[in-house]
Amino acid sequence: MVTPEFAPSALAPDTALSPADIARIRGDFPILAEHVNGSRLVYLDSGATSQKPLAVLDVERDYYEHHNSAVHRGAHTLAALATEQFEDARSTVARFIGASDDEVVWTSNATEGLNLVAYAIGNASQGRGAPASARFALKPGDEIVVTEMEHHANLIPWQELAARTGAVLRFIPVDDDGELRMSEAAALIGQRTRILAFTHVSNVLGTVNPVADLVALARAVGAIVVLDACQSAPHIALDVVKLDVDFAVFSGHKMLGPTGIGVLYGRRELLNDLPPFLTGGSMITTVTMERAEYLPAPQRFEAGTQRVSQAIALAAAVDYLSAVGMHRIAAHEEAIGRRLVAGLAEIPGIRLLGPAAGRVGLASFDVTGVHSHDVGQFLDDRGIAVRVGHHCAQPLHRRLGVTSSTRASAYLYTTADEVDEFLAGLAGVRPFFGVTE
Amino acid sequence: MTSSELQSLYQEIILDHQKRPHGFGLQPGAAASSHQLNPTCGDEVTLELHLDDAGAVSAVRWDGHGCAISQASASLFTEMAAGHTLDELEVRIESFRTAMRSRGKIEPDEELLGDAAVLGGVSKYIARVKCAMLAWVAAEHAIAQVRAAA
Repeated sequence: MVTPEFAPSALAPDTALSPADIARIRGDFPILAEHVNGSRLVYLDSGATSQKPLAVLDVERDYYEHHNSAVHRGAHTLAALATEQFEDARSTVARFIGASDDEVVWTSNATEGLNLVAYAIGNASQGRGAPASARFALKPGDEIVVTEMEHHANLIPWQELAARTGAVLRFIPVDDDGELRMSEAAALIGQRTRILAFTHVSNVLGTVNPVADLVALARAVGAIVVLDACQSAPHIALDVVKLDVDFAVFSGHKMLGPTGIGVLYGRRELLNDLPPFLTGGSMITTVTMERAEYLPAPQRFEAGTQRVSQAIALAAAVDYLSAVGMHRIAAHEEAIGRRLVAGLAEIPGIRLLGPAAGRVGLASFDVTGVHSHDVGQFLDDRGIAVRVGHHCAQPLHRRLGVTSSTRASAYLYTTADEVDEFLAGLAGVRPFFGVTE
Repeated sequence: MTSSELQSLYQEIILDHQKRPHGFGLQPGAAASSHQLNPTCGDEVTLELHLDDAGAVSAVRWDGHGCAISQASASLFTEMAAGHTLDELEVRIESFRTAMRSRGKIEPDEELLGDAAVLGGVSKYIARVKCAMLAWVAAEHAIAQVRAAA
């Protein structure tokens, strides 16, 4: 195994990351030294995908150089080693979110995790699974509740599930500031509500939703709670047991891990009553030509050859984050978020989406008179990478009266200087495009 | 500070067309129309072909929203298309597409395309070629409709 270069002892606990800490962290990310269009890269698109430290890249390479083998099959030494690493990775990620090992299911990404839950519930609704699976079955008139600020990945699978089962999809609206209308949530979530699915942190607004309040509403009516933790797991300490959610999903590539690996957390008793989504090898006990018996979770949901190197690399990413400390990362990003928002307020013609306070290191905004693609192109010319478009959240943009926005999103390696460089660049956008009104 | 590539992408004439677009606003009596959407950025163009009795383009009208490149390109197409037959228009669309896909290697043919040739700078920016092509693809679809109805 390769040891992460960033040892826990290197940082004093409970203090925000100092410029020297950030400089050391940045040394672990070779890509941050790249030059783009003649300028040093200013990477402010970590909300889309994060960069990867050497510790993660080294672990994946080390696996392929020394241990590569099929997991959960084969009696040879390498197969045993690979299986051990693969399952150790599961334990590492489980500890990171406060879950038990058998409550962590590997997926390709958060999107697949949400589809897994939705399709498995759809299968239960068709009478598939064990007798206990009937607890998930939806019937016409049952309700699925989401929010108006969801990423398409936490909206469309529920639209499809509603269409297949006759359930009704409803949503908690957001107000003009982009905050959930909690009074309407209380009216909306009732006896017909079977599933409540919502995002922990908005990928557009960067705001942290009131999980406890929403969970309380769901618990009062016995609804299942599904949390999209894509934008929270990488940035704030996540404890799925404390949050008391039933399912949670996130993607590895947004938290220093590789692409192709994600996590579905599910409460043990729920996972073990849920019918499978993908079926095939490695998820069964006994198979005849007529039927099959399924393994318990998590294997029940891991049909076929697994993403072994990616899972091991994700564990290395989680080790890296833990070594730095999630509380310190969150404190750093909150400070970066405040700097971003304060700076945006100083530039004429910028409309911040969402409330100014209570956000992670992420801000989306509209530049009056300039389309987000043109904003992004102008910034890219200076080596500044931001996200433009609707960020897979068309309904939220529509609600806020824009078709697209520009998003700057930070991570543990983002410096205050980079934020200032971005703000200086942004101040030049409207003059360049000749927009004065 | 700003690179020459960016200056060339956003030439003044392009920004002028974006701010004061030609042919903006749909009108009754179109021979065909096509709506095109770029789902990655939400750019939208609905483009109408209006034909005279001889079957040549009397006017192009369009409606839409999006980035400076997509909007200016629709305006520049409008200006270029008037008076041409559908065959002539197809030659010009194909010529424009070839230049756009050339990654900066082929300059647009100014004799064929007129002012629309200023969009040549877009071809170096692979992610923006779709923006520039949006109205032209809409026109192509509209032409196909006219031909199918004939």
